[in-house]
Amino acid sequence: MPQLETLHVGAQIPSRVFTPTSVSLFLYNAAIWNSHRIHYDEPYTTGVERHPGIVIDGPLQGDWLTQIVLEWLGDDGALVEFEYTNRQASYLGATLTAGGQVSEIDSTNRTVSLEIAIIDSAGVVLTPGHAVVKLA
Amino acid sequence: MQTGSAAAMITPDIRAWIGRTEAIGPLEVSRREIVKYAIATEQRLAKYLRGDEAPPMFLYGLLFPVVPLERIGSDGLPQRALLPTLPLKRVMAGGTRTRYHRAVRPGDVLQGTLRLKDIYGKDGSTGPLLFVVYELHIETLTGELVVDELQTRIVR
Repeated sequence: MPQLETLHVGAQIPSRVFTPTSVSLFLYNAAIWNSHRIHYDEPYTTGVERHPGIVIDGPLQGDWLTQIVLEWLGDDGALVEFEYTNRQASYLGATLTAGGQVSEIDSTNRTVSLEIAIIDSAGVVLTPGHAVVKLA
Repeated sequence: MQTGSAAAMITPDIRAWIGRTEAIGPLEVSRREIVKYAIATEQRLAKYLRGDEAPPMFLYGLLFPVVPLERIGSDGLPQRALLPTLPLKRVMAGGTRTRYHRAVRPGDVLQGTLRLKDIYGKDGSTGPLLFVVYELHIETLTGELVVDELQTRIVR
């Protein structure tokens, strides 16, 4: 768990790489009960909605951002606030990296803010986000 | 101040929807549903994989509309109750800002409200865009706060 006394603005948190597959995307959309065809029907996705491929869910990328924060935080703190924006779509076959850094430290309230983002293999920011955690 | 063609798309009929609310729940949370979500999202923390606690964004799935097949469109999306007929059709996720008050665990029964907070238009570089803003409030059946969320949907 991060120690408030040794943290500094700009400190990186461990990143994670995600390579969703047709199986993992199917299970995610089944778990949330999302039947939007852009997540499993390729002829429809490219032909009707004109995407270049099967679309990786935006909220799934949001979830991955919460995971890198929670894995860094450990059990002695809590996620208080989380914000994300799906700025650009990404498609099945992409390799996505979730990463981020400390952007603000409030020692009085024991809260830490983080700027986080999902980037693609070219370094393009697809899903920027912001999290506030409270340390125990 | 709203100007241009996108703003003009917000007719009085559409504007009348602002402030409308939809009741949510009661929804019962099961361990099996949490475990499925945890596996599908590639969680690593044991409390999520065991289903002892729900990952923060589990609520996105729990609140996803479950409607009869005849109310699912040809695009595969369910018809949503709290959305007026708009002159633009392609709905995309915008931003979501959530405040977490309490973790969700198996056996919790959740309820709340979704409120259509605002609808406004903007002329983007690729054409007119409509923004639909929702305010979500979820608590337990016993009144403990769970989340407050602001969701923006972009329609183009």
